[in-house]
Amino acid sequence: MNNGLTDKEVISRILLGESALFALLVERYQNYVFTLVLRFTDSREDAEEISQDIFVKSYRSLADFRGESKFSTWLYTIVRTSCITFLRKKKLDTTSIDSERTFSQLENQESGFNANTIEQKSRHAMVNEAIRLLSPDDAQVITLFYQGEQSLEEIGKIMSLEPNTVKVKLHRARHRLKDKMEKYFTQEVSELHHD
Amino acid sequence: MNTQDHIEQRLWDYIDGLSTPDEHSAVAALIAANREWQRKYKELLDVHQLMGSTELEAPSMRFTKNVMEEISQYQVAPATKNYINKNIIRSIGAFFLLMIGSFLFYFLRQMQWTDSPSSSRQSPYTQVLQNNLNKFNWGKILGSPYMSIFMLINVILALVLVDMYLQTLKRRSRLINK
Repeated sequence: MNNGLTDKEVISRILLGESALFALLVERYQNYVFTLVLRFTDSREDAEEISQDIFVKSYRSLADFRGESKFSTWLYTIVRTSCITFLRKKKLDTTSIDSERTFSQLENQESGFNANTIEQKSRHAMVNEAIRLLSPDDAQVITLFYQGEQSLEEIGKIMSLEPNTVKVKLHRARHRLKDKMEKYFTQEVSELHHD
Repeated sequence: MNTQDHIEQRLWDYIDGLSTPDEHSAVAALIAANREWQRKYKELLDVHQLMGSTELEAPSMRFTKNVMEEISQYQVAPATKNYINKNIIRSIGAFFLLMIGSFLFYFLRQMQWTDSPSSSRQSPYTQVLQNNLNKFNWGKILGSPYMSIFMLINVILALVLVDMYLQTLKRRSRLINK
């Protein structure tokens, strides 16, 4: 459903009363928003509920979009604040590795992978699974850069960071992702390098 | 930063197109001439291409319909600039500055700027200040309940501001150190 209208044109028409056109924006960005939200929660049901809430919030505050940045950048800022609010409500500590829940999760993941009981996975599924093993912030910066097609400056606006700090975070996130892939998907990664 | 990290960082800047033209040429030359750089470049490029080709996750088929049903209950809120007029905020600020300025002017007008006969070796400015300060009943002013309430509010506001500032610093250092 792409009528060739730009985001700004769609927003102008929505503000003039054509609210049904908001469906166009939802269709364009629902996958990006849903993927980003999934970096903060493992539950698809929760992710869908949060994503829905994000689009409703963006609709209600559409008049505040000034058009100085891309609509996607503005939308992803709402994604980030909504996900952080969700995590606070769920009282998940994303930085601590001392909690018993975190240790048991890690043990389950390790035993599953080391036993080599997993089936042969596609490359995309491997990367998605590796991204899930990262912290939400690392996963978010990688998703925004590669799939959200945001520049370092735009990611900085979304995450309230300087572009240089975003660059450092991106480098570290990629390094950690590579380590995860090498640790848990040794066979797939070696096939990748031999291609 | 060790050598490997340094090579990786330069190669990532090269792959992302963030290097300066000189740095770009230097890295290209290193890749062409050095086996370790070649190997590392291929490794990082593979990861980069893999991450770039990752598919997005999709929500349920009903997602758009659910969102449109939800928004039908709401209207787009007016832009905040339409109901928060900055000129009004500036006027309120100017009013408070005018009030403070008026009080200062009034108190300065009440002060005696000439010397009193009882002055000894003190400088004229100190004498004038002392004479005028002696006019005030400081005990009554500082001990009044209004002054206590005023100081309490200031202390609470100061603590809130310090806490907000420390939280911001903590959040920033946590993000940078991840």
